[in-house]
Amino acid sequence: MQVKQGHGPGISTLTPQEPFWLRCVLISLSFLVVGSLILVPIIYVFYQAIAPGIGTFFHNLLMDRDTRHAVWLTLTVAPLAVLFNTLFGIAAAWTITKFRFPGRTLLMSLLDMPFAISPVVAGLMFVLLFGMQGYLGPAVREWGIRIIFAWPGLVLATTFVTMPFIARELIPLMQTLGSDEELAAVSLGANPWQLFWRVTLPNIRWGLLFGIIQCHARAIGEFGAVYVVSGHIAGETDTMPLRVEKLFQEYNNPASFAVALLLTLIALATLIAKLVLEHWLTTQEAARRAEIEELPA
Amino acid sequence: MSDLGMVSETLHDNVAPLAGSRSSGHARQAVTPARRPFFRRSPLPGFGTGLTITLGYLSLLLLLPLGACLLKASSLSMSEFVTAVWSARARAAYWVTFETSFVAALINSACGLLLAWVLVRYQFFGRRFLDALIDLPFALPTAVAGLVFSALFVEKGWYGQVLVPLGMNVAYTRWGIILVIVFVGLPFVVRTIQPVLESLEKDLEEAAASLGASRWQTFQHVLFPALWPSILTGFALSFARGLGEYGAVVFVSGNKPFDTEIAPVLIVAKLEQFAYAEATAVALVLVAGSLLSLAAINWLERRSQRYAG
Repeated sequence: MQVKQGHGPGISTLTPQEPFWLRCVLISLSFLVVGSLILVPIIYVFYQAIAPGIGTFFHNLLMDRDTRHAVWLTLTVAPLAVLFNTLFGIAAAWTITKFRFPGRTLLMSLLDMPFAISPVVAGLMFVLLFGMQGYLGPAVREWGIRIIFAWPGLVLATTFVTMPFIARELIPLMQTLGSDEELAAVSLGANPWQLFWRVTLPNIRWGLLFGIIQCHARAIGEFGAVYVVSGHIAGETDTMPLRVEKLFQEYNNPASFAVALLLTLIALATLIAKLVLEHWLTTQEAARRAEIEELPA
Repeated sequence: MSDLGMVSETLHDNVAPLAGSRSSGHARQAVTPARRPFFRRSPLPGFGTGLTITLGYLSLLLLLPLGACLLKASSLSMSEFVTAVWSARARAAYWVTFETSFVAALINSACGLLLAWVLVRYQFFGRRFLDALIDLPFALPTAVAGLVFSALFVEKGWYGQVLVPLGMNVAYTRWGIILVIVFVGLPFVVRTIQPVLESLEKDLEEAAASLGASRWQTFQHVLFPALWPSILTGFALSFARGLGEYGAVVFVSGNKPFDTEIAPVLIVAKLEQFAYAEATAVALVLVAGSLLSLAAINWLERRSQRYAG
């Protein structure tokens, strides 16, 4: 009889383990770290926002014209940035994974650049380019477009900061998938449109969705870059995170926490969406594996 | 692999060869041997369009702004540049930024290793809850993190009530900065170490145990050498993140020049005085710093892959 040794999450009896007390200490320490660093702060947001009364909370959130505008602005700027980055992410992943060309590695490194650039510096770059004394500022203003201290600047800055997320999710996925299915489709006479909608997109849709969820969460929370380009004009260019900061500076803590709670709820929703998607995907994968194993050899 | 901490994983993919996908491409190309000097033709459509979109997008959003940045910095004379980059206030800001990011990255490496270890190796009640919570700092806007931590640690806050009477001031000190960077960077470290720990074969540990090694010796001599590249990568990711962090820090740091002013705050301060060129000069130093730490990560990844392969 053969003894099976499992790696992976199940711990085999053969594997040496730490003594019981040490395991307890390590697990308790983990709960302590995560509890004090992540869980308590989240609870504190709820507490601070709700403590003055649920009526005050809604009053702070809904009755302030500037706060309402900030919510609306964030909910338009973030999806726009996500939309641009989705189109870019698909184009970049397609180009990088399906073709070999000189400069391909350089292109991949460029994709990572926004991670290396502080959001504040990102904002600064756009101010230098499109601001009043910027290099392209006067030209752009002649066409009657305002970018800095206006919503196009917010979209630009947010798009920059969240640029790599979707491409970075798609590239490894498309690399492992390979191009066999696409090549088969092309040889059967599929046109580019059919190729994308019927072959590539169904294969990458879940990875794409993951990327979109992450990108959207980041776009909503972006602070540094947006802070620099917005000029923080209340009721005009203040997004939700900027509104949080402004209310905090005005010592209006309850209102600040009310907006923060809304942002926290969005973050929690993002997290839950991600978990559900992950769970669903693992069960699907398991079902597919079981199906393959059942097939007669 | 589709967790929020994809940064480090994708760095792996940077150097990973195109497994599988090209072999079929080769077979097709053997039938149509049309070859350009540098570029292998593929029967798939969309190369031109894809490349145009990618390059156009990158030029507008990345290369053009970066160029503007360099152009602005070059408008300063050499001595002006040095004064801007190396003034006493700027030096203090770099030091605070560096010091806090470094200490935070150290704390994160220790906590990250602990959490990754506990999540991978032990089964216990609440494991999935713990696992899910770790991703929260990714999703939570940094401004919210900064706001909460500053409120928690002032005298009336939940933590401050206990700590301030003991003489431990966290809000508006460097400890506050360190703490928010720990918060923001923790998932990076955990999600970098976790997959490596999961993929470790148990055979070596079993062999070590059967040869009479204690658990601690096994960890020291067998597990740690296998884990340290990922710990170092996590450290560098957290460090790089800390260098550029602004949103969370402005709330807790108090932003006093020479004491708790970090480099990104200095940049914003210069911008608000319309000293664009000086702000740009400081920005370039900051970007150079984070690029260096990311280059270090890439180098580490390549190295560990060479030894692994």
